[in-house]
Amino acid sequence: MIVASSKPFQEIKQMLSGFKKVCVLGCGSCVTICHTGGEKQVIELAAQLRLSAKLEGREVEVIEDSTLRQCEWEFIEDIREVIQDCDAVLSIACGIGVQYMAERFPKIRVFPGLNTTFMGGPTEQGIFWERCAGCGNCILGTTGGLCPVSRCAKSLLNGPCGGSQNGKCEVSQETPCVWHQIYDQLDTQRLLATMETIVPPKDWTTGMENHPRKMILEHLVMKK
Amino acid sequence: MIENKTDIKSGSNLEKLLRSGQFAVTAELGPPRGADRSVIEKKAALLKGYGDAFNITDCQTAVVRMSSIAAGRIVLDAGLEPIIQMTCRDRNRIAIQSDLLGAAALGAKNLLCLTGDHQKFGDHPMAKGVFDIDSIQLIQMVKILRDEKKFQSGQELKASEPRFFIGAAENPFADPFKFRAIRLAKKIAAGADFIQTQIIYNVKRFKEWMKMVTDMGLHEKTFILAGVAPLKSAGMAKHMKHNVPGMDVPDEVMDRMTAASAVKKGKEEGIRICLEVIEQIRELKGIAGVHIMAVEWEDAVPEIVQQARLYPRPMV
Ligand code: SF4
Ligand code: SF4
Repeated sequence: MIVASSKPFQEIKQMLSGFKKVCVLGCGSCVTICHTGGEKQVIELAAQLRLSAKLEGREVEVIEDSTLRQCEWEFIEDIREVIQDCDAVLSIACGIGVQYMAERFPKIRVFPGLNTTFMGGPTEQGIFWERCAGCGNCILGTTGGLCPVSRCAKSLLNGPCGGSQNGKCEVSQETPCVWHQIYDQLDTQRLLATMETIVPPKDWTTGMENHPRKMILEHLVMKK
Repeated sequence: MIENKTDIKSGSNLEKLLRSGQFAVTAELGPPRGADRSVIEKKAALLKGYGDAFNITDCQTAVVRMSSIAAGRIVLDAGLEPIIQMTCRDRNRIAIQSDLLGAAALGAKNLLCLTGDHQKFGDHPMAKGVFDIDSIQLIQMVKILRDEKKFQSGQELKASEPRFFIGAAENPFADPFKFRAIRLAKKIAAGADFIQTQIIYNVKRFKEWMKMVTDMGLHEKTFILAGVAPLKSAGMAKHMKHNVPGMDVPDEVMDRMTAASAVKKGKEEGIRICLEVIEQIRELKGIAGVHIMAVEWEDAVPEIVQQARLYPRPMV
């Protein structure tokens, strides 16, 4: 899933200053699971905006809505009517949802209420970790199912660097060294010999460095 | 056989000396945080004659300093042989290969291939780290440029190729411990002609690692230089132990430094410990030399080299 964190309220307030009618718009998918962009957060954020407006003596109307997925045209179409007389939308979807809204409703200002952080998931209650960097050429099959591209601070491909100690990454005692984990995993699977092979430089043409990337499913593309 | 003199790859002083079977001494010379060449010239004058080649660090600990290649040329002008350090943190494969051509054209013959300290540790933690390739891939790239005259892309290098005596680092104190000899083997297979190890304070663990290394016969395929560094004070020892990634400073060393620092004899004790480490490892099977890293304390090097009876340096 896509993990996103809430922007500081001060920043949100600043972005929305001067707007008279604002819609706080949630998304029912990834960001609902990370407790930052779901219906509950819509209610909370809208209340916070109303309260701060009241305290500061500003006249602002704040409405609330949510859709199952802000990253699909069909779903955001349902919102057209709700937001039609709003002068700003605060989207608390990931950056994709914000852009879908901005693209579909060009006359309305759309602002991001979240910082989209990474692709990952919760590992325990309230804790989320990055798991994939979308490199476009997945190598998990050779690394025991753990991703060094996104989970090693240096995206190394040939095993742990000289800073790996006691299972921790050199950049932070809070971060496990994924290469140590890969080593243990391959050891369990009796596949340690894999780590002896030199992995050549990765072809990054499919990766983030070559954005924007595009995927085409030929069989679904409608012929013009 | 690595001792084969006809096998010369780069013609560097360090290479010739190691291939002739003599015990080598390398030391570190850190470029300044400014554009003043006289700083390097002063350090070079201090170190001249006390080592066979000198590592010119590449923005060590991710702090901006004068380019290792530029500083290396100044060192060369001063009559010393540089080992250019090259990390993967700040350059992609295009920039690295470009710099390799430039360094070779400026007369550099030794290259140490590193992944590099993470930018988080440096003076620009907000910078974007590159890490397009890792140190093992870097070694391989330098070797293929030299021996096959091919760029990393596979395209042919039609003009003169950069010829480096290729170095790599290895840390016997990092984990998983068992992988540390395998990683060395990988670096050798990738093309490492010589190895400089992480600073040794824990001699016991270093010996265990060397045993694995020699059991695997790796010392016959590369020249291993043992890394040493004098501690200056208890404060520095503490910093090394807790803040420098991959460092192993045993309690015994900590205690000795604490006691010595209390009576303002930290420097003397640091040099003594360094000499003791050299004494304990120089005769170990598979050790081809020492690498002295006296970071921002270059004047300790002549004293250590002399007291370790490694002076004068042989001519090759
Ligand atoms: S190897 Fe690439 S695609 Fe696979 S998990 Fe890692 S970043 Fe994602
Ligand atoms: S300690 Fe492990 S995770 Fe961290 S940079 Fe080194 S290899 Fe990567």
